[in-house]
Amino acid sequence: MSDAERKDTPEQAEFRAHCKDWLENNHPGRPDVRLPQGALELSDPDALAYLQSWQKSAYDAGMIGCDYPKEFGGGGRENCQAIANQEMQRAKTPYLPNVIGMGMAAPTIFFHAQDDVKAEVLPKLLSGEHIWCQGFSEPGAGSDLANQQTFAERDGDNWVINGHKVWTSLAHFAEWMILLCRTNKDDKYNGLSYFVVPIRENLDKGITVRPLIKMTGETGFNEVLFDSVVVDDRYRLDEVGAGWKVAMTTLAHERGAGPLVTPASGGMPLEEDESAQTSSVYALIELARQQERHGKSAADDPLIRDELMQIMIRQQAFNQNLRRAGIPALNDHPMRIPLQFKLVATEMVQDLQNIAYEIEGAASTLYVNDENSPASGRWKLAYMNSFGMTIAAGANEVQRNILGERVLGMPKSK
Amino acid sequence: MSEQPKNFGFGEDETMLRDSASKFFADNCSPDKIHAQVAHNPDIHRPIECIWDKNLWQQVVELGWTAVCVPESAGGVGMPLVAAAAIAEEVGKAAFPSPLLSTYYATFVLNACGTDAANKALTDIVTGTPTTLAITNEKGSWSSSDTDVSIKDGKLNGTAWFVQDAKKCDRFIVSAKGEQGIGLYQVEANAAGVEITADGIIDLTRDQAHIEFNNVEAVALAAEGDGDKALDEAMPAILTIISADMVGAGEWLLQTTVEYAKTRIQFDHPLGFFQAVKHPLVNVMLDIDRAKSLVYNAACSIDCGFDDAELNARMAKSQASEMAVFASSRAVQYHGGIGFTWECYIHLFFKRQMHNQVIYGDGKHQRTILADMVIGQAA
Repeated sequence: MSDAERKDTPEQAEFRAHCKDWLENNHPGRPDVRLPQGALELSDPDALAYLQSWQKSAYDAGMIGCDYPKEFGGGGRENCQAIANQEMQRAKTPYLPNVIGMGMAAPTIFFHAQDDVKAEVLPKLLSGEHIWCQGFSEPGAGSDLANQQTFAERDGDNWVINGHKVWTSLAHFAEWMILLCRTNKDDKYNGLSYFVVPIRENLDKGITVRPLIKMTGETGFNEVLFDSVVVDDRYRLDEVGAGWKVAMTTLAHERGAGPLVTPASGGMPLEEDESAQTSSVYALIELARQQERHGKSAADDPLIRDELMQIMIRQQAFNQNLRRAGIPALNDHPMRIPLQFKLVATEMVQDLQNIAYEIEGAASTLYVNDENSPASGRWKLAYMNSFGMTIAAGANEVQRNILGERVLGMPKSK
Repeated sequence: MSEQPKNFGFGEDETMLRDSASKFFADNCSPDKIHAQVAHNPDIHRPIECIWDKNLWQQVVELGWTAVCVPESAGGVGMPLVAAAAIAEEVGKAAFPSPLLSTYYATFVLNACGTDAANKALTDIVTGTPTTLAITNEKGSWSSSDTDVSIKDGKLNGTAWFVQDAKKCDRFIVSAKGEQGIGLYQVEANAAGVEITADGIIDLTRDQAHIEFNNVEAVALAAEGDGDKALDEAMPAILTIISADMVGAGEWLLQTTVEYAKTRIQFDHPLGFFQAVKHPLVNVMLDIDRAKSLVYNAACSIDCGFDDAELNARMAKSQASEMAVFASSRAVQYHGGIGFTWECYIHLFFKRQMHNQVIYGDGKHQRTILADMVIGQAA
């Protein structure tokens, strides 16, 4: 029995047993299609269909949205999502496709939408039937998120929206969008409002979704144009002008520092080959054993060995930081560790994936379209995609400002 | 890993002990006081001195801190290693000149010896006998099988090098090579045939010496062939405690430099306004937090008796050593011209960190061993 299990309440223990039991008999098995590294890279409808079917069955079994109230499509439990996540990870399940919906939209809707909207949108969000996307970034509002130019103008019980969103992951599959936009041009922060927008039903009513192609050659994110799109006022979250405050709820959860635990499964290897698990240092060690540098195993090269140990130490430190963050006696500031998670995790993964280039040597030139590429080219693809993570959700330079200002108390930078 | 207590075993008793240590150092050991004491002579050719406050040591003993890691059977308190790690963190934060950490290292080795003589030595530690390890050879090898001291017919001959806090300690635990292998021996500092030569070291908050043994009568703590095993068994705890000291010193360097960055104005702004200063200071914080979490994890896995204790301890020492270098270099750099002077307190911690990071193996040394453990020996 693990320590986590020993601490379970009777309700949690019963729920955990249910999860274990269900997962034993209902693992979806490996897909026939090639899955990308993560949900944000999804571009193949067949891959999406496989993952949506997995999310739906896990939802129906009560493992997604456990801690949300039943009237909003949740399980009506307390502190059970983390247990479901642990068990899904242990069972090496596929990842979930509706990551923006569950990780950002759902908690924001739960804390800020009116009840009829929660009841309308949350069930199909949690089941994964409705994919969600996030309309925050704009051509002129990346790290400077409050510089929103997309404008919503009041028209009776409706709002009329015009503008341009970019870097919108999953918009090509999305039914819904969480939208941050401007409702007052005279006040940068208090002139913002927050909506949920049914974008799919507006595709012929002013919404245009255009795919953007990433440096990897994959699609998966988009630009979304709003041309006089009409949105019902009941889809506004919180007060007019409270958009920045609402967005902070979204961002806190996106960075793993919010009060609600995001449903998450995973652990299923993307390739049969162990050396292609691009977030694991042990896979990297396996890759090093397979590759040669200067006529001997890369795993015997002292410089490579040192790099491998450095990244292993960082991974262990990250895991132990997660553990220490929950112990007030070992933290001088409650947000000191939580505000590091996004920054530290994304840079660690990027550096891990970068080492694969050195290990592969000449073969690191080979991409996913070459059958001789080690580990099916996954490491190079992953390394390029890692920049999405160090840039998104507030570029890591912004994260360093936040830590320097909010935790260390240094003056605000411009 | 999942079998460990989630809170590292750091409960109310450990918190109270840590908080009382923090208060003790705030009351008795401010940086200006330490500086006036140990940095009174900047002369580069100054005579070698061992400066420390014996009254404070007596108070430390009375507070029971030397007894923390001594088992109850030997008259100690028998607290988990996380408690000693928390004290060591406060010791580092205060750059406290004392034989406390050396005495902890000796405690772990004596615990590992498990002989009656070792048990007796542990009771002496409880009552305040400062004790240190004399286990390093002239080349500075950190391997338990390397020593320049030999044992024959109960007599020690040879020299032990890089002995920490030697002039503050009354007793040495000496590793020596005999016909059957490495044994461990207890020697009093004032015993006949012991010659202690202080080293001229950079760190002002410590002392170090090499010790010559000329036909010295020795009490065996671990028999020939058992000594290196006892040292290996104790090493994870030793690495954890020295790493905790570096975490504490790192935190002092960070907080002190952040305060300076808030108040020092250049180009019409406090230094901390500029991201060229702000972001590296955040990086220092990230490095400290990594080291701190690894230290408590290592301490906890040692307390639980897990097989990965050595792995976790070497990870902690590697990270703490890298952090110690980085935190101290950034502290000097961002204090600018003043940070480069003798009168600024930064150098006390800079020098302590540079000393700590190398003792019992720097980051690269730890990672070389880790790679052998995790990847396997290179062909």
